Amino acid sequence: MPALPLDEAGKYVAGAYVVFVALILVYVAIIGAKIARIERDVSAIVDAEEDE
Amino acid sequence: MYSKGLAPLAAATAVTITTAFALVFFYAPNDADQGFIQKIFYVHVPMAIVALCGFVAGGIFAIKHLRSGDSSWDLRSYVAIHLSIILGVGVLATGAIWAKASWGHWWVWDEPVLVSFLVVFLLYCVYYPLRFSIEDPGRQARYSSVFAIAAGAFVPLNFIAVRMAESFTHPRVLSQTGGDLPGDMRLTFLVSLLGMALLFVTLWKLELTAKHASMQLKKLRNRARVAA
Repeated sequence: MPALPLDEAGKYVAGAYVVFVALILVYVAIIGAKIARIERDVSAIVDAEEDE
Repeated sequence: MYSKGLAPLAAATAVTITTAFALVFFYAPNDADQGFIQKIFYVHVPMAIVALCGFVAGGIFAIKHLRSGDSSWDLRSYVAIHLSIILGVGVLATGAIWAKASWGHWWVWDEPVLVSFLVVFLLYCVYYPLRFSIEDPGRQARYSSVFAIAAGAFVPLNFIAVRMAESFTHPRVLSQTGGDLPGDMRLTFLVSLLGMALLFVTLWKLELTAKHASMQLKKLRNRARVAA
């Protein structure tokens, strides 16, 4: 197949890079939310211990 | 424990990936045959190489787990495989986009590189049901390690088999004779590969840190429950 013109190829290239960036961002967001939840739980345990 | 050196590693990853993207779009020339669409190569191929190396690393960590009995090696193996599967999703998605743009089809079944990667990906998808169907943590770790070793050994065999198969659509870019990439494309590719490898290690350490903290929290809760 001949090379696609730039305006058409641009959509595919942008799509591929968006997939990559989105995948990494979603992954980091999930891990970030997990770490935030752990932080909250640790704070809750520390607060409960201090109250005792 | 696992978070040691994470911040400088994350900074190095961000710098390398930004440099790689800059090289892809402002330095590397358009391919004479495929034109601008070939830019997908710089994200697709490094992602595939790093994912496959991650699978093999998962097998090596699993060997260390079976030899030492230390469950931290099982955790390292699990996270490496988990991350490689995520990158595998990216490889299949970017590969499909590239295939559609180059060949006019989202998937081509007679292309050994594509199909072999899919086979490896599907093989590792079995890892999750296997691992989480076993409740006893010791058995879970042992069985998962055995799977990771067997599947990890399959990855290089699969790679060699594909190399031995003749292909006209997937040119060899890494070979003992230097492959078909010109110097500026090769540099861009190598920086992209380094960026992807650093990204893998950073995310691996990040997830290990989160998992370790979660396990520590569980222990703390149990201790608090027993004390109460």
